[in-house]
Amino acid sequence: MVDIRSGADEVIPLAEVEDVELYHPKSWWTHYVFSQDAKIIAIQYSLTATAIGMVALVLSWLIRLQLGFPGTFNFIDADHYYQFITMHGMIMVIYLLTALFLGGFGNYLIPLMVGARDMVFPYANMLSYWLYLLAVLILAAGFFVPGGPTGAGWTLYPPQAVLSGTPGGQDWGILVMLSSLILFIIGFTMGGLNYVVTVLQGRARGMTLMRMPLTIWGIFTATVMALLAFPALFVACVMMLFDRLLGTSFFMPAIVEMGTQLKQGGGSPILFQHLFWFFGHPEVYIVALPAFGIVSDLISTHARKNIFGYRMMVWAIVIIGALSFVVWAHHMYVSGMNPNFGFFFATTTLIIAVPTAIKVYNWVLTLWRGDIHLTLPMLFALAFIVTFVNGGLTGLFLGNVVVDVPLSDTMFVVAHFHMVMGVAPIMVIFGAIYHWYPKVTGRMLNEAMGQIHFWVTFLGAYLIFFPMHYLGLLGIPRRYHELGETAFIPESAHTLNMFISVMALTVGAAQILFLFNLAWSLKRGRPSGGNPWRATTLEWQTPQTPPAHGNWGKELPVVYRWAYDYSVPGAAEDFIPQNQPGLGMPTREHAS
Amino acid sequence: MAQTVETHTGETLERPLGLRGVAADFSSDQRAFKNVSWGKAMMWIFLLSDTFIFGCFLVAYMTARMSTTVAWPNPSEVFALTIGGQEIPLILIAIMTFVLISSSGTMAMAVNFGYRRDRRTTAILMLLTAVLGATFVGMQAFEWSKLIAEGVRPWENPWGAAQFGSTFFMITGFHGTHVTIGVIFLLIVARKVWRGDFDTERRGFFTSRKGNYEVVEIMGLYWHFVDLVWVFIFAFFYLW
Repeated sequence: MVDIRSGADEVIPLAEVEDVELYHPKSWWTHYVFSQDAKIIAIQYSLTATAIGMVALVLSWLIRLQLGFPGTFNFIDADHYYQFITMHGMIMVIYLLTALFLGGFGNYLIPLMVGARDMVFPYANMLSYWLYLLAVLILAAGFFVPGGPTGAGWTLYPPQAVLSGTPGGQDWGILVMLSSLILFIIGFTMGGLNYVVTVLQGRARGMTLMRMPLTIWGIFTATVMALLAFPALFVACVMMLFDRLLGTSFFMPAIVEMGTQLKQGGGSPILFQHLFWFFGHPEVYIVALPAFGIVSDLISTHARKNIFGYRMMVWAIVIIGALSFVVWAHHMYVSGMNPNFGFFFATTTLIIAVPTAIKVYNWVLTLWRGDIHLTLPMLFALAFIVTFVNGGLTGLFLGNVVVDVPLSDTMFVVAHFHMVMGVAPIMVIFGAIYHWYPKVTGRMLNEAMGQIHFWVTFLGAYLIFFPMHYLGLLGIPRRYHELGETAFIPESAHTLNMFISVMALTVGAAQILFLFNLAWSLKRGRPSGGNPWRATTLEWQTPQTPPAHGNWGKELPVVYRWAYDYSVPGAAEDFIPQNQPGLGMPTREHAS
Repeated sequence: MAQTVETHTGETLERPLGLRGVAADFSSDQRAFKNVSWGKAMMWIFLLSDTFIFGCFLVAYMTARMSTTVAWPNPSEVFALTIGGQEIPLILIAIMTFVLISSSGTMAMAVNFGYRRDRRTTAILMLLTAVLGATFVGMQAFEWSKLIAEGVRPWENPWGAAQFGSTFFMITGFHGTHVTIGVIFLLIVARKVWRGDFDTERRGFFTSRKGNYEVVEIMGLYWHFVDLVWVFIFAFFYLW
């Protein structure tokens, strides 16, 4: 087919848009701080997300210390425990994963990979980061306000989220959390519009949609989803803010609190759950789709082989994105909604497994007989595939109503979503950082530290979350501060909990080594050159490394081929960059 | 069967018509929407996102209205005005709707005169649109104060379900905020048109980018959207 054919014999299309005039920073401040360059903004996003992510990591240690050694750490009382799990969840899902994939990788890679000079609206892009930073600061302020952060659980279910029994419910905690989320959504919208318009309307000559690297497809689809899903969270936050501040009753049924009948009543708590999960389920794929895209590129590059079924991969991403908007109530099987919904949502949930399985098969088939280089990005990509398959399979358990009901609110659920949307995307983030760090800094990350980081993280993550499935099947509930003496929980479960906690501390320590590696390699890493992985995509073909302001020299790149021309028979090298016309070899067509 | 499309570099582009054209555009390079500028594409996508916000608000309102345990106040009575001893239902809302729809008309005319580079008429029409928008917000303020005087609060009202006041203030407030933001931007763009920024290619204060008369049309997209949303609020809140 036309779009993935080697373009050596094709006429280069005319330029349709004049080259943009970039904003040129005049001072250190506009260059490095209030920067409008997508690459600087990407680094700002990434560093902020990493910083707040470290807070969430420490919180996870505290959670595990309490679960593994109950009663030992007096400062972790029940209130603190709930505050820790709430903040850990919210930070990891929204302020780390979403921000890092879309704000970090999206900003850095979209303009470079589609051959643009920058995002289409650099000023709005800059505002996006500053609103994000403000949202993060407000969120972090939750730790210092009276009553501390909210302890409502990351799902913030009302009415408990705004009642006095919940930490932060009648104090500042919930207000701080809701305001921070609202700001995050406004900030994200500014960035998101940029990413979408840049991909749709700002590509280089010759860069058709079906020649884009899958990384861009993943980030693009996830951004579109985020623009349509975050509104539901926005509305839910506004309404809960009114419930808490003005005494409205959107989500508040008739309640007796501490022996007194509240004035509020007649609202619907289930409405919040619907709004929240209409955002919350697409959110899972907002995190997963960029990971799918990036891992496809990592596998193809490091196995020196074209991605298997590119077209199918693209459509799988789009279909997963669309389907994820009609599965949300599978998070609500035990909520008390109409049981007939269970049938519909279980069906759509299981259908989503089909495009997902297609992607997994295609990754494996890309590896099949490839020239696999076990570089760090490849190791993390392989780790992603196995982790994702594991987490995906338990997803099939939980997607079925009858299996989900007994497993609801047990550690099985915790294990499932940590595998599928915690560990798996984080593996891709690590792989992507090892892969693109040379482009961002011009230096390679240290290999030895990287190997330690990989093996401890990968094996450790399995040792943490695999036993957790077993705990869940035993019926051990999640979100319990202390299990106490219960007949159905054997002594061995407590020992296992201790083991998990020790592993969690170990894996956490490995992340500190990783952060050290990032800083150490900045000055001492081996110089990488412009294209250390011998990759085809445009970002590796920039005239300077790290790419200068405006990304390309005088001339914008012209794209002649798709992103996956690896090990092409007869070619001089085992990769052909996208911006390279024919190689003095006979015109050749891909199977299509 | 083909049409030609102007590009921004002065060349023209041959495109097939109809569905083939759509397919050709999406499989082409550079731009998926061939004669849509970045600004216009951004506004359309933003409006799509905003549609979801208003959609969620309205769905939440409908859920509350259908599931509340207390009867919902009758909008025809609540929103009636006594004029000359006669109680006329929804009269203020009817005038507000008329004013807002009219402002869409003046906005459309402003876009037309903008593309004819008639600075004066464009600016006047935009100002007129802004005045109509401000009138709408003013009447909304009147409506709010009347209801508040009658005892409607976000948490209670004299006639029935408390959610009536909550959803009313929330949804009309959110829409009114949109109109107010629109009025502010109309004034800003009208000033730019009046000063001739788009003819002299003066650079924006914040973005340091040159504007052109398309900004008037993009402004218009937003304005028509806010109008359209009002039609839905009118239908679902006042007429139901």
